[in-house]
Amino acid sequence: MALVIPKESYSGKIYEVQIGSGGKSVTIGGANALPFLSFEGVFPHKPAVALEIMDIAPTDWPETVQKAVSGASANPVSWAKFCQEQGADLVALRLLGTHPDQQNKSADEAARVAADVAAAIDVPLVILGSGQAEKDSQVLQAAAAATRGKNCAIGKAVEENYKTVAAAAMANDHKLIAMSQLDVNLAKQLNILLSQMGFAKEKIIMDPMSSALGYGLEYTYSVMERIRQAALLQNDPMMQTPIVCDIGLNVWKVKETIAPDAEMPEWGGLADRALAWEVISASGMLTAGADMLIMRHPGAAAKTKELIADLM
Amino acid sequence: MALSGVEIFKYLPKTNCKKCGHPTCLAFAMKLAAKQASLDACPDASADAKKVLGEAAAPPIRGIVIGAGDKAVKVGDEICLFRHEKKFFNPCALAVSIKASEAGDAAAKKIDAVKTSEIDRVGQKLRVDAICVTDDAGDAAKFASVVKQVVDGAPGVPVILNSKNPAAIEAGIAHCADKRPLIYAATAENAEAMAKIAKEKKASLAISANGLEALEALSDKVKAMGVDDLVLDPGARKAKDMVEQYTIIRRAAIKKNFKPLGFPIISFADRGDSLAEATAAAIGVMKYASIIVLNSIEKWKMLALLSLRQNIYTDPQVPMQVKQDIYKIGDAKESSPLMITTNFSLSYFIVRGEVENSKVPSWIAVMDNEGLSVLTAWAAGKFTASKIAQFITESGVEKNVTTKELIIPGYVAVLSGALEEKLPGWKITVGPREANQLPTFLKGKA
Repeated sequence: MALVIPKESYSGKIYEVQIGSGGKSVTIGGANALPFLSFEGVFPHKPAVALEIMDIAPTDWPETVQKAVSGASANPVSWAKFCQEQGADLVALRLLGTHPDQQNKSADEAARVAADVAAAIDVPLVILGSGQAEKDSQVLQAAAAATRGKNCAIGKAVEENYKTVAAAAMANDHKLIAMSQLDVNLAKQLNILLSQMGFAKEKIIMDPMSSALGYGLEYTYSVMERIRQAALLQNDPMMQTPIVCDIGLNVWKVKETIAPDAEMPEWGGLADRALAWEVISASGMLTAGADMLIMRHPGAAAKTKELIADLM
Repeated sequence: MALSGVEIFKYLPKTNCKKCGHPTCLAFAMKLAAKQASLDACPDASADAKKVLGEAAAPPIRGIVIGAGDKAVKVGDEICLFRHEKKFFNPCALAVSIKASEAGDAAAKKIDAVKTSEIDRVGQKLRVDAICVTDDAGDAAKFASVVKQVVDGAPGVPVILNSKNPAAIEAGIAHCADKRPLIYAATAENAEAMAKIAKEKKASLAISANGLEALEALSDKVKAMGVDDLVLDPGARKAKDMVEQYTIIRRAAIKKNFKPLGFPIISFADRGDSLAEATAAAIGVMKYASIIVLNSIEKWKMLALLSLRQNIYTDPQVPMQVKQDIYKIGDAKESSPLMITTNFSLSYFIVRGEVENSKVPSWIAVMDNEGLSVLTAWAAGKFTASKIAQFITESGVEKNVTTKELIIPGYVAVLSGALEEKLPGWKITVGPREANQLPTFLKGKA
């Protein structure tokens, strides 16, 4: 008997979401088949890689990645330009300095940084709060207004603050990153809540909550696979938003990216190990369906882009 | 394709002799269909019945064992396309290629790297699983000498014999004939000779073709020659082709029970650059490769790939567990804070990560709750005041932590009163609900 290629019949399609404007704008999504299966679907846009910068110096980042951005990272504008030169598809500005436990910077201060960074680069900008839901409401409102017209992606909207963050995105014509806690139903629920308040689901990018290689990667991986199946095979409109994975944040705090050679000789050299940790984590997220990755190490981002080329 | 009870019944003797332990042949057929009985229990089953039912009962992807002894690896025998559907059963084998041209010191170095590759990860011992001796010199004697060097140098490590030249395979297999090597590979050109060797030496045989149609034809051809233990290489090397071809093979085997492709896949992650090779191998780990051959096995690379494999092959229904213990984070001292959480590995990893972030040296007491998260364990009655008290008392943590203060997760604040009663002399402090608030909390205490 001759092999008949067993094809899936997909009824759904991932929304296409554009970030930024002009020649360097980035569009993600648009797939109508499970990741990279081009024999049964189309993939109009390759997954995009954003490099992360912050409004404060990355003194908390492990040495390997700190070194990789040193020289540029003292100031967010030079850091953003550096990322653009390094080939980042987007720059992701994390306003960590606004966190009450960090420098507790004001929303206005953060907004100025966001506007300065947006003005300094041609690639699209992603604006992320510090992760403190309450403070993020104010910070993201101010940052969204300060970057109006730049078509940024702002976030993360979470259960506790989605109304204000989504309102800020809507009022200033930005896209929205909505994060739920590693659960298929919670991801869908948040998209439903956003839709109910009038936010267009076609402007949402969902963050299913990333995890690092060796530290729960399989949970994110399977949640993403299930989200993609619901979107494409069950044609669930609330699951058809593109997916972003915030990788650097999760990777650059685990022991494998920090422990020096002497401490863990059986793990091999730190520089190679740490880089591999971010790249292999990224490869996992890509395989499961990520449309956009936020990474920290320019070398890891470049290697990930090589893999994306190899996959398309 | 699985047969129904009634379909199976047609092939049984219909004598209702009860020798199988079931009252009737139909009842036995129903048990067979439910996979609760084996046809072996029927003494009168015809050869025809054994053949048909055996084929129907065979797993959609044949399980293959490479090597002999305690380092032998079993691959294949998978039943699903996505790990959340059930689980991935037999972790892919990671092998390093040693080329004939590396005979001598270079080979010895790699052999040594394989022997010292074992790492312990969340309680599992992981290592480079196999060595692939690669005939790059076109010299059968030289190839065989490296096979010998490998077999002598890394006793027990499963061997893959990689040559398209039957004479080289013949020479090489002489050194590992009783060790169930995998021969790579039969092609359209050498299939007869390779099949003959595989059959004689009871070795498994990889078949290599360019594309799935050619692979199917080769599979049928080699099977007809009497080799049952096959491994497939459809020729994919680019990541895109790997994902596509391996997916088609897996789908055809599992969803269509397509026998010619119902075998494990061998993948070559050959890249000039070691990290690029790691990414190609990672794609293989996630997308259905059962054996992955690498050119180099630096420790950092194996740590990443073995961790990925462990993640992907974890049973989604059985949470990963951490060993019950008191874990020391940073330079914790007698006066450092002591927190408790459950042994669900994700709970522990997240708590640990945040404690490390806080840079406040601390102790984390991890209690065995069968891998449940804090709230689930509490709801299931496995994280109660009396059980926590018993654990803390028996752990002897008192000796290390003189503050006698125990910080409990905010979600189980309700336990604090009862705990203070059950742990006389201890102060129970309610910590934050979410781990990400731990740095603030701990810095506040320091």
